[in-house]
Amino acid sequence: MNFILKIWRQSGPSEAGQMVTYPVSHVSQDMSFLEMIDELNIDLIQKGEEPVVFDHDCREGICGMCSLFINGEAHGPGRAVTTCQLHMREFKEGDVITIEPWRAEAFPVIKDLMVDRTAFDRIIQAGGYVSVNTSGNIPDANALLVPKVDADAAFDAASCIGCGACVATCKNASAMLFVSAKVSQFALLPQGRVEAAERVQNMVRQMDLEGFGSCTNTGACEVECPAGISIENIARMNREFLKASLG
Amino acid sequence: MKVDARIPQGPIADKWTEYKGHVPLVSPANKRRIDIIVVGTGLAGSSAAASLAELGYNVKAFCFQDSPRRAHSIAAQGGINAAKNYQNDGDSTFRLFYDTVKGGDYRSREANVHRLAEVSASIIDQCVAQGVPFARDYGGQLDNRSFGGVQVSRTFYAKGQTGQQLLLGAYSALSRQIAKGRVKMYNRHEMVDVVMVDGKARGIIAKDLLTGQMERHGAHAVLLCTGGYGNVFYLSTNAMGSNVTAAWKAHKKGAFMANPCFTQIHPTCIPLSGDHQSKLTLMSESLRNDGRIWVPARKEDALAIREGRLKPTDLPEELRDYYLERRYPAFGNLVPRDVASRAAKERCDEGHGVNATGEAVYLDFAAAIERYGKEQATLKGLHHATVEEIQTMGTAIVESKYGNLFQMYEKITANNPYLTPMMIYPAVHYTMGGLWVDYNLMTTVPGLFALGEANFSDHGANRLGASALMQGLADGYFVIPYTIGEFLADDIRTGSISTDSPEFTAAEKSATDRQSALLNAKGATPVDVFHRRLGKIMWDKCGMARNAQGLQEAIAEIRKLREEFYQEVRIPGKAEGLNVELDKAGRVADFLELGELMCLDALAREESCGGHFREEHQSPEGEALRDDARFAHVALWEQVQGDPGQSIRHVEELVFENVKLITRSYK
Repeated sequence: MNFILKIWRQSGPSEAGQMVTYPVSHVSQDMSFLEMIDELNIDLIQKGEEPVVFDHDCREGICGMCSLFINGEAHGPGRAVTTCQLHMREFKEGDVITIEPWRAEAFPVIKDLMVDRTAFDRIIQAGGYVSVNTSGNIPDANALLVPKVDADAAFDAASCIGCGACVATCKNASAMLFVSAKVSQFALLPQGRVEAAERVQNMVRQMDLEGFGSCTNTGACEVECPAGISIENIARMNREFLKASLG
Repeated sequence: MKVDARIPQGPIADKWTEYKGHVPLVSPANKRRIDIIVVGTGLAGSSAAASLAELGYNVKAFCFQDSPRRAHSIAAQGGINAAKNYQNDGDSTFRLFYDTVKGGDYRSREANVHRLAEVSASIIDQCVAQGVPFARDYGGQLDNRSFGGVQVSRTFYAKGQTGQQLLLGAYSALSRQIAKGRVKMYNRHEMVDVVMVDGKARGIIAKDLLTGQMERHGAHAVLLCTGGYGNVFYLSTNAMGSNVTAAWKAHKKGAFMANPCFTQIHPTCIPLSGDHQSKLTLMSESLRNDGRIWVPARKEDALAIREGRLKPTDLPEELRDYYLERRYPAFGNLVPRDVASRAAKERCDEGHGVNATGEAVYLDFAAAIERYGKEQATLKGLHHATVEEIQTMGTAIVESKYGNLFQMYEKITANNPYLTPMMIYPAVHYTMGGLWVDYNLMTTVPGLFALGEANFSDHGANRLGASALMQGLADGYFVIPYTIGEFLADDIRTGSISTDSPEFTAAEKSATDRQSALLNAKGATPVDVFHRRLGKIMWDKCGMARNAQGLQEAIAEIRKLREEFYQEVRIPGKAEGLNVELDKAGRVADFLELGELMCLDALAREESCGGHFREEHQSPEGEALRDDARFAHVALWEQVQGDPGQSIRHVEELVFENVKLITRSYK
């Protein structure tokens, strides 16, 4: 297969960037999207040019490190997939493919397609945990019964991979889906209830400090989320936040 | 040289308790004066960094990814073992200990494995307290499933994403300590050397991957929690960034590598589709609970399937060879990983493989779907359910158990595994070998510790499913907080470690020089090309089956490739700033040395045990032949003059007082 790639190239955080066109040929339909870029990079290196920089690691859709805005969609076409799981068979021969980094004030570009997502780490540090120290004397795990339906809902929220597709997709660059997933996981479990009020307030405060936008309920984040995180979590977080604010 | 594993005296069940009662402690006031470096933030690293910071030590943690949450523990699927015996099916600490030693083909240290089994139950308690959402049953209690190589249900899980949930739990604990200022976190930093002062590990040189700056970090102890080295094979289930560099630099500074040839080839991975492939994807072993593995019994049918003339679903039962059920009736499809992998290779080598490449076998869920469907029909009182209705109900159950795995398979292969059997083939997954450690998890370098997959660990020559997560968290949460005290108790008056010493200057300079050497090679070949070539040598000659001739050839080929690498590699850009290719080249340079040592180790071990199968040592039925008289030991390799080829082999004899060495039989 043959494609025309239009890729965002930017040499540093404060440099101006631009779209650069690269024709690619000999692409197999069984290649993943990132393997297609690997091949492009091998060609670029052999021609003495700088390879395209992008984040990636596990290449099986779970680490959350890969990103890329492909043809105007976070993680490209297809639902419930990350870029690393996207395969070239999803495209048509001769397609023009536009590849851009996540764009949000809170996710500054580092180089080319690589962005800085440490804002997410700082939001977790503000309260995305249960305050429990390591101890060999914690009560037996089965001493605390959790209804299956709550445990399953907490798991669904906890399966967020922290990639930032929600922010990249949102017209306001809001991080509500990410933050609400973590707030929900703990709000649904008895272990997390103890600190629920403080947690939601601290995490939301940090989210605002980082410069993420507000939620206007367009629901785009849910559509593009590769982990299938539901916007129900945003409703739950709003409820938790209101409850905490009223004391 | 004789190494001392420092195993406590006394009966096996009392060793750890006695040890904890007598190990030197560091007082809370003194802990504040002690700095610890933790490299890597997977299960072992995150849990160690968090636990040590909670105790009051000053911790610096490093990861090469953009966030500690990305470490590759996140990709572990199936589950975590613990001797809770919630199912009342006969499990106990001793049985978990016994299964692990036996599963490892009697090449692990009894005392360490028993301690692992002892703390396993606390891990589950700890994780539940942190809010890890394990699977539960309708009564609200934790659910379990079974895994290969054992006959009890002791595996706790969170769908097919157990590693993710456990790592996010440890990452939460770590984040809490970062917020408190107890841990200073360095993202996008890679350790490029250990710094030795007065014979002790007193810090590291870390490269800031964004600026290209070499940084000096001093500490009283250094913990390497840097995972395994499966990427020496290029294609593996590891993440693209997983590497051996930290462990290898430690090895070059005097830490012995133990059993480097012990590699786990996982039986259920998605087969290779072409030359462009960058990694292989695991399909959780838990699938073998319900999937039946088979190949066509006749070669002509296998050929017809490969050429697309025959569909697997059209092949009648009597023409299928369920080879695991045939060869191992007692364990069937649930034999341990090494046995299952070799059996798949044997069938494919004989010409029975499917897929265009001939290197794949079927993992078939049709029988499970039918069984679950009939069960549902009975439950619902539908005594005259049609075949289609049974199929639909059964599919729903299989989906609820393995939905995300089936979905992942379909995304990658474009085949629907509910309708046609999955195709699978073994792939490199985990390395049992690694840095040698004593009972305290300390390497042969004082002050340098190795945790999790980075150490030669508790898994002997073959790791059982759901044991890696257990070991990573055991080391980080429950072992190192105690055992590090024995070393640090002597350091309360040392004061902070200066990074202005000649040792730091020299280490930084040699790291910079190594980079320059790579940048100065004005060749034309990208790093990946060398990595792929190394991987092919390793897979062909040091993979699932090994023989003396092949290993000798591999050693010569790797040495040649290494030479070529330093002349022919092309790395664009400069040392300053972000340079992904340069960082990759540094990792491949280390793999090119490690590969040779792995072959040497495989050559010296003239027996077949666990994942290490020497073709010269097999029974007429093709089963592995262990040689306990000559090889019931750990092989430790000491590097000499920076040349892996001259490495010296030492041994730690393994003493088995509680487990009787028998031929591992799953028949």
